[in-house]
Amino acid sequence: MSAIELRGVSVQLGGRTVVDRIDAAVADGEWLALIGPNGAGKTTLLRAICGLVPFAGSISLGGRSIAQLRRVELARLIAVVPQEPSTPPWMTAGEYVLLGRTPHLGPLAKEGRRDREAAARALARLDLLGYEERRLGTLSGGEKQRVVVARALAQEARIVLLDEPTAALDIGHQQQAFDLLDLLRAESGLTLVAAMHDLTLAAQYADRMVLLDAGRVAADGVPHDVLTEALIGSHFGASIDVVPVGDRLAVIPRRVTSRTP
Amino acid sequence: MTVAAEQASAVRARGLTPVWACSAVAFLLVSLAIGVLAGPIDLGVGGVLESAGARLHIPGMTTSLSSTEEAILWEIRVPRVILAALVGAMLALAGATYQGVFRNPLADPYLLGVAAGAGLGATIAIAYLPEGLRGQRSLPVAAFVGGAVAVMLTYAVGRSARRERDAATLVLAGVTVAAFFTAWQTFVQQQNSETLQQVYSWILGNIPSTGWSDVVLILPYVAVATVVILALRRVVDVLSLGDDEAATLGVDVRRVRLALVVAATLGTAAAVAVSGLIGFVGIIVPHAIRLLTGVGYRALLPLSVIIGAGFLVLADVVARTALSPAEIPLGVVTAFFGAPFFALVLRTTRGGAA
Repeated sequence: MSAIELRGVSVQLGGRTVVDRIDAAVADGEWLALIGPNGAGKTTLLRAICGLVPFAGSISLGGRSIAQLRRVELARLIAVVPQEPSTPPWMTAGEYVLLGRTPHLGPLAKEGRRDREAAARALARLDLLGYEERRLGTLSGGEKQRVVVARALAQEARIVLLDEPTAALDIGHQQQAFDLLDLLRAESGLTLVAAMHDLTLAAQYADRMVLLDAGRVAADGVPHDVLTEALIGSHFGASIDVVPVGDRLAVIPRRVTSRTP
Repeated sequence: MTVAAEQASAVRARGLTPVWACSAVAFLLVSLAIGVLAGPIDLGVGGVLESAGARLHIPGMTTSLSSTEEAILWEIRVPRVILAALVGAMLALAGATYQGVFRNPLADPYLLGVAAGAGLGATIAIAYLPEGLRGQRSLPVAAFVGGAVAVMLTYAVGRSARRERDAATLVLAGVTVAAFFTAWQTFVQQQNSETLQQVYSWILGNIPSTGWSDVVLILPYVAVATVVILALRRVVDVLSLGDDEAATLGVDVRRVRLALVVAATLGTAAAVAVSGLIGFVGIIVPHAIRLLTGVGYRALLPLSVIIGAGFLVLADVVARTALSPAEIPLGVVTAFFGAPFFALVLRTTRGGAA
């Protein structure tokens, strides 16, 4: 059974169809990269999957339709790493990661030992032990990013949705973040769906890619099938070269205008 | 996992630490004591303690106060101090709650039009009610009804907007309703200029010396509001991540926000009804606590209740004793002493906790 199954999913925002009859499935433990030009509907599709926007069609998780799930049940199945997470500067990293336990608590309950252990595991996995009492306002961009991922892990959901998770990071921190996510996926059997702008990075990590354009699936397959000069050229309006490096692909932008003397 | 077991104790949410809780309670108790002892007639610490002992039927305790002094203590001072504590606690708690729910550090308890609605209700009562019905009994009721109507209207306007999920829409609706009610109130006032003095002194705020009746009037609202908000205090921390992130953490944002806002607003309307518009408490008390302790909402909300109560009791002591026998409007006192104090807190904590 697929971890996520989308059937004819459409989303309208302000009278405009932003996601248009999408069919797709994500296998358990798979890393799926959502790629596509700006405004293709990647973020909106992710928001539909985690129940933040109303949609037509059906989305099911492990065979259960999300329309039938309460918000708290959905939050136990899906954790989200948003594009621009809010990190209140007064909050400590420990408090922030503990917020990931919210779906496992009643509305009136407070965290117990199991919750603090889950948070400690998540902090340990992201190499953040000793950061428990640090205020988020004192952390660097890379540290904040790790704290946000730790919060998602503390949620102990099988599926993690990531929206441009590393857009604010330098190349080294991007690589570390993705290596780590890949490791976590291998260890914990997480299913990852990530909207990604960096195609080369996406090709390095994703098992599969779905190329969205104007709210529709333009291509769906392994990176070698999706990252072609023709597909990327036409859907992104870009001139690129796709160069094999080892068994992976690199996407290199090609300058169109000639250098003026 | 052994790592987790060892480290779990290091992961904690800063709740109410014993140090801060004890300091806050001590501050409140000292304020209450000053409030009961201060006044034009000196009852003496011993006299008050003996009288309290006698009332509590502690064996061997008899009051040394005269019957007039007994009446001053139990029918005027104690109820007034308790009323000030209830109003202060409610305003500080409502301010902190709004700041969390609307993610706006400048949110105050009057954000959703309570003040304008209560002002209109009070003005109408003063201007139009026949002489016999006017006065201490009808004014709070009219103010409460006005405040409650204004907030319901704010909700109706906010919900009719297409982007009803958005907290900012509700704030805008509050501004709209407040402007409308204020205009209406100004019109009524201008048509009945003989009411100006009375309306003006109500607007400036004061804690009335009306015995226990006002305490009984607002206690249920303040109690329910406090229980609801404190029960949800962890969720307020989650809401500080914003609506979408709170929703992906399993929080039913609209329902929780509705519960919190209704509780804070009803409590505020009750407080405003008996005390008029006392500014500053709802902003200054939570921010001072935040700056001094750097805590999140789960500790800030209960601390606001305790410190807000003590702060307003002290402010009321100043209001009724500084120019005795005249009273200074309480709203003037809270701002006059609150502003320099807050400036001091801002100065001493710069670059620090906040």
